[in-house]
Parts: sequence; C-alpha cells; structure tokens
Amino acid sequence: MIAKRADTESVKAEYRVIGKPLPRHDAWGKVYGETKYSNDYKLPNMLYGKVLRSRYAAARLLSIDTRDAEKLPGVVSVMTAKDVQNNETVTRFGQTHAVGGFEGLYRVLADKKIRFKGEAVALVAAERRDIAEKAIDLIKVEYEPLEGVFDPVAAMQPGAYQVGEDKSNVICSYKVRKGNIEEGFAHADVIVENTYRVPMVDHAYLEPESGMAWLDDDGVITIRAATQVIEHFRGVADVLGLPHNKVRVIAPMVGGGFGGKEDITVETYLALLVWKTGRPVSLTYTREESIIAHGKRHPYIMRYKTGATKDGKLVAMEAELISDAGGYVYLSPWVLLYSTVQATGPYDIAHVRVDTHTVLTNNTFCSANRGFGGPQPCFAYESQLDELAKQLNLSPLEIRKRNYLHTGDAMATGRVLEHRVETEQTAEKVLEALGPPSKPKSPPEKIGRGVASSMTSYGRMMFLHDTSRSFVSLDLDGSVTVRCGVQDIGGGQASSLAQIAAEILGVPLSDVNVYIGDSALTPLAGTTTATRQLYMSGNATLKAARVVRDNLLKKAAEILNTSPENLDLKDREIFIQNHRKDTLGLKKTDPECNVNYGGTRKAVVAVETCVDDDSDRVVALEDVVKACAAEGMPLFNVAQFNAPTRELIDFKTGQGKVFADFTFGTQAIEVSVDEETGKVTVLKIVSCYDVGQAINPLSAEGQLEGGALYGLGYGMMENVIMEKGITLSPTLAEYLIPTAVDAPDVETIMIESGGGVGPFGAKGIGEPSCVPTAPALANAVSDALGVRIYELPITPEKILKALGKI
Amino acid sequence: MMTYSIETNVNGRPRAAEVTARDTLLDVLRDHWDVFEVKNGCEQGDCGVCTVILSGKAVNACLTLAVQANGKDVVTAKGIGSPKEPHLLQTKFVEHGAIQCGFCTPGMLTSAKVLLDQNPKANRQEIREAIAGNLCRCTGYKKIVDAIEAAAAKPES
Ligand code: FES
Ligand code: FES
Repeated sequence: MIAKRADTESVKAEYRVIGKPLPRHDAWGKVYGETKYSNDYKLPNMLYGKVLRSRYAAARLLSIDTRDAEKLPGVVSVMTAKDVQNNETVTRFGQTHAVGGFEGLYRVLADKKIRFKGEAVALVAAERRDIAEKAIDLIKVEYEPLEGVFDPVAAMQPGAYQVGEDKSNVICSYKVRKGNIEEGFAHADVIVENTYRVPMVDHAYLEPESGMAWLDDDGVITIRAATQVIEHFRGVADVLGLPHNKVRVIAPMVGGGFGGKEDITVETYLALLVWKTGRPVSLTYTREESIIAHGKRHPYIMRYKTGATKDGKLVAMEAELISDAGGYVYLSPWVLLYSTVQATGPYDIAHVRVDTHTVLTNNTFCSANRGFGGPQPCFAYESQLDELAKQLNLSPLEIRKRNYLHTGDAMATGRVLEHRVETEQTAEKVLEALGPPSKPKSPPEKIGRGVASSMTSYGRMMFLHDTSRSFVSLDLDGSVTVRCGVQDIGGGQASSLAQIAAEILGVPLSDVNVYIGDSALTPLAGTTTATRQLYMSGNATLKAARVVRDNLLKKAAEILNTSPENLDLKDREIFIQNHRKDTLGLKKTDPECNVNYGGTRKAVVAVETCVDDDSDRVVALEDVVKACAAEGMPLFNVAQFNAPTRELIDFKTGQGKVFADFTFGTQAIEVSVDEETGKVTVLKIVSCYDVGQAINPLSAEGQLEGGALYGLGYGMMENVIMEKGITLSPTLAEYLIPTAVDAPDVETIMIESGGGVGPFGAKGIGEPSCVPTAPALANAVSDALGVRIYELPITPEKILKALGKI
Repeated sequence: MMTYSIETNVNGRPRAAEVTARDTLLDVLRDHWDVFEVKNGCEQGDCGVCTVILSGKAVNACLTLAVQANGKDVVTAKGIGSPKEPHLLQTKFVEHGAIQCGFCTPGMLTSAKVLLDQNPKANRQEIREAIAGNLCRCTGYKKIVDAIEAAAAKPES
C-alpha cells in the first residue's frame, strides 16, 4: 500500500511524526461532509452575483445599456467598467519586491476593446440566482466585431491585428545563450529537428471558482473565496481605491487549485458588489464560465533541434518556444521564464541557444497551471532524446544516463546545482519497477515502453524575495496551535504544518490545531503556488516551533537539574535522553515491567533494567508549560522564513540563478496500442521522485499518483478546443479528463535523499509530479508503433493518421 | 410560476419545500435545506460531485428534478456515517489517504455505498466502473479504489 521508499546512503534522523503515513487531520471533516467550501455558506440578506460575459472574442465595446436589467424586480445592482475606480490593474502575488516587466496586466470589466470571448463586461447582484441570470440577459451591449487574431505565430507578424492597445502582441521574449551553437552542431554526429505542439488545457478542479463576501461591522470587506492567494486582498483594495487593511480575504478549504485559483477569480467582483450594495453577495461560476473565462495552461509551439555525438553525448540544443497567452497578460511572462530556464531539461549540454516568446491572441487567456511552464518543453526535449537514441541505437535509459546533470553541475543558465540531484537513480528505479514487458494480446495490439525525466523548480523565483510567516504556540494544557496564512488546496498544506509542529514539540498530531488562510488573522504565508508551501511555510513553522521548544527545554532543564542539550521531547513528556520508558528508565511499577506479571505477559523490559522512580528524569509537558506561564516565559513565536534571494538574471544571455532548487524525477509507461483503432491503453505507469524527505508519505504518494494522472490526461485526452476564439469544449462532457476507468494504478517510488531546501530536507513535489508523464506516454506510443506523434493529446485519430490509415 | 409541494426524508429527517417544475434536487438540497455536503460541480451530470442515494440508487442530484424526489428517501455523505458512528467506507477513505481536496468525496462515498450495498464483494474493476461517473482531479483514483476495496467484504478464498 505504501510506496516503496528507496533507502539512500545518507543517515536519517529518527523522526516520530515526520515521515509517518498518518491520516491527514483535515480528512475526517471531509468524509463526514462537514467541511465547508467557498460556496457552502449563506448569510441573511445575501444577494446572488452574476457576470455578463462578452459574446465576441474580438470586438469594440460601443455601448452598454443596463436600464432594463435595473428595472427588473429583485435586481439590486448592475455595474460596468465605469463603476470601477481602478479598472486596469495588475495581478501581484504577495511578493514584497517589485520587479518591472512582469506585470500581469488585466482589466476588471471590459471597456474599449474586447480581448477574448467570455471576458467580463458587467456585474449583477439580485435577490435570487434566477433573477440575476435574467438580469444578465436584459443588459444590452452593442459590439463592433473585429477580425481578431487567434494564432500566436500570426499574431507575432508585423501588421497583425492588435489584441490590445499596445504596439505589439508580443508580451515578452527571453533567451538563453551558452557556448557556441554552430560549433556545437558541427561536433554532432546526429541532429534531429522537430516541431512539437501542445494544447490549451483546463485545470478542471471539481469546485468551480466561487466565493461570498460581506461588509464587516468595522467596515472591512470580507471575502471568503476559493483561492490559492489570500494576498489578493491588496489587489482588490487597489481596484476599489481602499486602504489594503480594509479588505480581508479568507480561504476555506479549496476544492482543487492546480494554478487556476492563483489569479483573482470572483474576489474583485464580490468586493465591488458588496461595496456598492452594502449587502452580502455570493458568486459561483458555472462550469462553462470556468472553462471559457478563466486562465488556462498555455498552448506552445516548440521547435527543437538537438545534436549528439555518436556515443550519445548531447552537444547542442537549439529551441524556439512560442506561447499563446490569450487575451490578457496575467502570468504569461513568468510561465515563459520557467519554460526558458527549464527548456534543456535535466541534461548537461555544452552549446545551447533558447529563444522564447509569449504572445497575445484573442483566445481565452492563459496563466498558471500545475507545472507552470514545465510540462510543455518537457514534452519536446524528452521526445527529442528518444529520437536521438533511436538513431544512435542506444536505449532510452542509456542516452539519458550519458547526459543527466549531477550534483555540482551547471545548467545551461550557468546555475550550479548545489543541492542533491538524483535523476539517474529515479530513472533506474522506474525501469526496474516496470518489470518484464507485457505480451501483446492479439495481432493488432502493439506493446511499447517509454520513459521521461524532468527537473522542475519548487519555490518562487529568487528575485521575488519570497517570505512566509508562521505562528506556533503552546496552550496551558500542552495543546499546540499553528496559525499560518497558507491556502489548503487539497495537497495537505495545513496538515504538513501540523506534523512539523508535532514533531518539534513532542506532541501527538491530534494535539495540534492549525488555522489557515485568513489575511487578517493568520500571519501571511504567501501563495499556495509554485510548489512553495511546504518549503516556505514548513520552514517558517519549523523555525517558530523550535523557538518554543528551546524555551520549554530551558525551563525543563531547570526542573530536572540538567542542561537543555540533554533533553528530548516525546509524547507530551520532556525527559533526559536515553532515559525513557521505551528505552531505559522503566519504573518497577510500570505494567510493562515484568516484575508485576510474573511472566504471564511477555516482558517488555527485563526487570533488572527497571528503576524505582523516574521523577528526576522525566517531567510532563503540561507541568513545564505551567511553570513557563507562571514566570511569563513566552510559549509562542512568530517566525519568518526568507527564501534565499538573487537579483534578476542577465536577460541577454539568460545566465543567472532563478530558483532555489529543483525536484528531479522520472516516469515510465507501458502501453498497448491497437493499430486498427488507434486506441492506447496504459498497462503500467511508474513514477519515481527524489522527494528529499516525505513529511507524510501517504500525502506525498497521493501527490505523485494524482500528478501522474494529471499528466496522463494532458498526454491522452485533454484539449480546450478553440475555433476563432470560441471554446468548442465548454463542458466536462466535451473537455475530457481521466475517469476511474481510464486511470491505471500509478506505482510510486520515493527516494528520500534529504537533500532539499524544505524542512527536514524535503523537496516540493506538487507540480513536478505531473511534468514528464505526457512525454513518457509519447515515447511509449512511439516505441510501440515506430512512428512519433508530435502533438498532444495523443488521440486515436492522430495515431491512425501517423500510421497512414486515415 | 406554478409551484409544487414536495416532502422527502433527508438522512432520516423529514424535509418539505415548495419547488418549481424546473428545480433540481440539487437546487432544493442546497438552496432550501442547506444540505451543503452535496456539491455542485457542473449542474450537467458530468462530474458526479452531487451524487446522492435516492431510494437506494445513486443519482446525480443535478439531473434529478426536485419533484421526482417527492416521497422518497435521500441519503448523503452525512447520512452514511458520522463522527459518532463512522461508516467503514469513511474510515477507509481516511486511512488510505483517498482524500485530497475532498470536493469529490461526498459523491464518491455515496456511489461506493450503493455499490457495496448491491455487491458487497466488489472487485477493483467493479469499483472503478461504479465510480466512473465521479470525477476526481486530485488523487489519481488509486487510493479511492484502495479504500473502497478495503471496505468491501473479502472474497472467499
Ligand atoms: S453537479 Fe451533478 S454531475 Fe456535476
Ligand atoms: S480529492 Fe479533489 S477532486 Fe477528489
């Protein structure tokens, strides 16, 4: 049941709560149906909000007539761009350090030009949902449809239709330059060059964007919304022209995020309607709105030219990536930078030239999605590697082993990987776990295997000077409270903090209570994005808990007449190390000491080792807490963890350090492909990551399993189909994600090198876990059929086309 | 608009409402009766988070008209078990880590409950088929199948 956890040579500390596959503290409320999500509350006098969305993808907004809607009984307010004080705004993500050139510009409500279909045009608040829906239909909008541009390559050309008011549709471009690319290719014995395409995809969390808001007694707009970023309170306040401390955002348990609840969704609309009406308002997107009107994963077109010597050493890589940002900038520049830094994958290549561009079009805008610019290039560089291996007659594992980066090597950006790099080990393990190949069942069925590795950052870009804060306190009865402004989107973000506090303070997990996600009441912990919460807030919690522990031990040392270094904490007791019930120091009166049982029960400890009394060696946690309280010794701490920082990289060469560390992993897939129907069945899938240290192996494994299936959806079926800016797959019946019958049992293997920068040496795995799946699948299909599919998703139709059957 | 009076029994508690012919069981559960453990993920029958047990059958509350529930018993995740008396399925979901964001969980549990009521020894394939209409975006389904399998009766060897 529990994944194999590979041993590593490093000596591991003995943990008591960390590393144990414990049920998460939030799981019980969820099975009993008691957990209240963003849409599970009602307030007296509450109104229902609704958004009017543009019918066109490209148009000039000529006029909006809201009079009929306003007259409808039960309608309380209708708002358009003219009612928004600061309508043009940028998304900022809690970073305290302003960086130019990365502004995620967007408009709260459309004015002037419509930039994508589904863009918000007006807001309604009404007494009932059905009235709000009707009012939306009564708003008359006059548009002048414009030609628009829907292909990023076309949008880059001079003279192309301009999506916005700027001079160019190109939002930004980056480069990486290493060595001399011509020289590199001159040394290559084989060169493969291909163009890869990946589609736009949706997060398809089960909980659509949703929230409610009200005006508190003290005049604070309080928004309770499904979000990955409570720190959007600042952005919301800026839009309304209010001081930041007059907007509060609370994130309850979120029904899935995957990057889609990283940008503001309902928050600003709610705040505007509450501010205008003075009444509580609730607003939930329909599934269709969620698909057509909120940020997606960027489609990319990627041209890769890769050269290797005849013994399989990569010598040159040239890559050009074009990303379709859709109608607004949002996080496109950042996503592109991630792709740029990770464009060469976990490989050591002497000569590199990478050029990347992100471009506005009139498609649905794109922004963060699990992997944040990682999955796209991984599909290309891992497909390329297998093409080279084929030409060189090397196994996929062999060519990778000859090129993996190792600890101490420099990436193409010049950044030296100073932390642990275990990619090679992960590749060996997945192939070993795949076992002997399956036999094809019938003649049209072909078996194939594929492997793909990736390196994916965790933690935000270093030039953002990221921070997190956490508060830890002990109460008089020895119970522990953690307050930390993380958003829990299902990955166990809150529960892992409880485990860390329990470990350090020597209490059972059930003694820890965690308060999260309140911008007014919990110390700000930054975004639940970029696979950063365990790393950042885990470290902050660890730091705070250690201060509390030090104070406890100081007091206990006085009581026990020893020095704090001799003490340890476990099961709500502080004791002199090596004198403990389960080791030594069992009292003669203890039931485990066989003296009382005359041999009828199995002795736990031999009688000779039992002591008369251990009161001079052990003191109850509660007694120490009381002693501290009586003397005014603080048993709480608020700690801030500051991520290591660097200034901006050199944008002419891409040289520099962007991320604190990376997570390395490999996945292997075995497929059977029916050559007559093109149907692909995944027979086996194995995922292995160096997780550094699994804080909770059950949760970590869950991330690896869920991530692999997220990646498999990308590889096999997911596609937001757009035609001239219109989404043709606006429901979950058309936008397909894997179901329980499509899903193979993902086998997971965790390496725990202890070499991460998170607490206890943990690395982040939330996003990395989904990155190499699609290329592993593509490589397996190509192995089965002998032909390659260069475009995701790999559908039966594409397979039959590649086989020349249709 | 013409309305109808309906009466149902939700988790053993009698409930009544005035509904229109268009109102779905999901609307009534959430909007009238505050039965929030029944989730809304699509209102189109595509995701399964609204699954409830209606007279012993697993149905999508969003595709069931409120009037169709008149006179019937509705069971939700809360009706399957409670902190005082957890159902084995609930315990196994927690123990196996079958829950991440938990948004699919109430619907998964109701589908699984109906499956095991009808087929107590369901195997993995049967479990997968029974929850095929319940999407989960977080877990990859493996731990959910593990949990249901652990709650099922062991096949006789
Ligand atoms: S809400 Fe009923 S199936 Fe999605
Ligand atoms: S646990 Fe999140 S959808 Fe299933």
